[in-house]
Amino acid sequence: MVTTTHDDRHGTAGSADDLLAIRGLRTEFGTGDRTVRAVRGVDLSIARGEILGLVGESGSGKSVLASSILRLIRPPGRIAAGEIVFDGRDVLAMNTRTLSRWRGRDIGIVFQQPQGCLNPVRRIGWQVAEPLRLKKGLGRRAAWDEAVQLLRSVGIPSPESKARAYPHQVSGGQAQRVMIAIALALRPKLLIADEPTTALDVTIQAQILELLRDSCRTHGTSLLFVTHDLGVIAKLADRVAVMYAGNIVETGSVGGILESPRHPYTRGLMDAAPRLRSSEGERLRDIPGSIPNLARPIPGCPFAPRCGLRKELELDRCDREMPPFVQSAERHAVRCWGLPEMRTANRTNAAAPEREIVR
Amino acid sequence: MAQYVGRRLLLLVPVILGILLVTFLMKALIPTDAVTAMYQGQLSGKSAEKAIAALQAKYHLDLPWYRQLWFYLSDLAHGNLGESVRLHKPVSAVIGYRYLNTIMLTGAALAIALVLGLTTGIVAAAKRNTWLDVTATTIGLFGISMPAFFFGLLLILVFSVWLRILPVVPHGPLAIVLPAFALGIIEAAPLSQVTRSSMIDVMRRDYIQAARARGASELALTIRHALPNALIVVLTIVGLQIGNLLGGAFIVETIFSWHGIGELAVNAIQWRDFALTQAIILVSAATYLMVNLVADLLYAWLDPRVELTA
Repeated sequence: MVTTTHDDRHGTAGSADDLLAIRGLRTEFGTGDRTVRAVRGVDLSIARGEILGLVGESGSGKSVLASSILRLIRPPGRIAAGEIVFDGRDVLAMNTRTLSRWRGRDIGIVFQQPQGCLNPVRRIGWQVAEPLRLKKGLGRRAAWDEAVQLLRSVGIPSPESKARAYPHQVSGGQAQRVMIAIALALRPKLLIADEPTTALDVTIQAQILELLRDSCRTHGTSLLFVTHDLGVIAKLADRVAVMYAGNIVETGSVGGILESPRHPYTRGLMDAAPRLRSSEGERLRDIPGSIPNLARPIPGCPFAPRCGLRKELELDRCDREMPPFVQSAERHAVRCWGLPEMRTANRTNAAAPEREIVR
Repeated sequence: MAQYVGRRLLLLVPVILGILLVTFLMKALIPTDAVTAMYQGQLSGKSAEKAIAALQAKYHLDLPWYRQLWFYLSDLAHGNLGESVRLHKPVSAVIGYRYLNTIMLTGAALAIALVLGLTTGIVAAAKRNTWLDVTATTIGLFGISMPAFFFGLLLILVFSVWLRILPVVPHGPLAIVLPAFALGIIEAAPLSQVTRSSMIDVMRRDYIQAARARGASELALTIRHALPNALIVVLTIVGLQIGNLLGGAFIVETIFSWHGIGELAVNAIQWRDFALTQAIILVSAATYLMVNLVADLLYAWLDPRVELTA
């Protein structure tokens, strides 16, 4: 039997001792005809200590997915369906008070624009010390001292004086280090980094990535790294999930995905990524078309209108039906009707393939 | 900072000079003076005319306006504000306690405006689009539309005439309540609306969402994170409103017979008592300018991005 989205064997929804398990998550914005379905039934899990890269282009829903984990979706947005279990706790069942007590303690988050995420009228030290005072119950003095230590640990030079500085007095790279210090202040079990290096200079990017990786490895913190940059994933992650139009289309180990991407979209993403040492005259190939309108129903595979494979094989089924996940290797799962094993299944039974194709 | 304050205080001098020049010019356009206003129609005959002329000469009222200005300035340089023609007293002696009364009244009104305006603004922003918000906004709209003199009369009618719980005339410690509320509530209304919109704007910022993401409660977000930012905008309005309060005091003091410089100013103008009017204008202008200086200093204190450069 073909594995379905709720089967644990294909690697998207992992084992029971995962730190985070998301099942069937749907996040929507607006109401009625104009409802934008940004996340369309996502299964995702993160193991303890694992670094998971979530890749997709702008509008793929990857940031919405990341925000949904902390229930940071503000009205008119809402989590319409699904399940989020973090460390055995049902996140969607929490009330407002429980939620704000839980946030920050177990999950830290770092956003794209570090400068905008720091309160302009509060000293940096105050902002780093705040979770220590509110959640750890430290006194003003003790919290400040620990904040200085945290700033030192994320590589801020002369942390004592920087703690007294205001956000507009530090650079973007330093502001992002401050954000990381705040996110890690309470030693969370999971760190979510939502495109943390996109707004920074290239030279600073590498430093921030290293800092994130080292901090997580040292303390065994899991990391969900959201990015549109496959190159960053290659350097950082253990595992990758590729997201397209609100769906995860392929997931697997970094090695597996980068060496043998199977979904046409993943392959397109890799071809579109510029390589520094490319052979002369080699052209970058873009993916024609754009992401579908997420306010419309998408009956089939959302990538079908842009998919070269669908065109080549003339697979009508792509337009009608969302393909299920197929386990193609150890912890590597893909959903595409164009896979060779799916094509045999198509011939056997067009409606519901019954042959065991999980290898 | 000290340098900044010093420069701002120095700037007061040309501003005060400008105000003096304008008021003396305006005075030159008025066809009558204090002496004539006092004795007109009451005295007649040659001797009366002589007496009036003598009085006018005593107060330099017979001179052209620029020479009067010169006498005034040289007196002012010696700390002498002149003498009230009508009250036969030095102006400084008349103004002193009345100025304190006005400061007390506007201070109380400002406190009422701040407490009411800020709390209703913050609550309305936090409970945006609920019945609480709608009620606060509607009442605020009434407050903005209502002139101080009408609101003052309304308060007298309700609390002094109907309910008989507060005095109309200034008597006893409760006397300040009605005029202070008449002034304060009217200023609270725009303050509330500015606070509300400023809070709503700040609550949408990334740093609020970031603070929420790390587990700050909604109360902590409002008070610890958003309010200090929202106050920057509110402060600008408060600085302007103190000018309104001083202006409004002229009317409210007259309605409630509150012995402040506002009530005195209305009388002084009717008496054409120029030394008195001039002194009140000077004191009010200086107060307003000082308040603005304090507002600017507070501004720099609230917003670390602001640097004081004169």
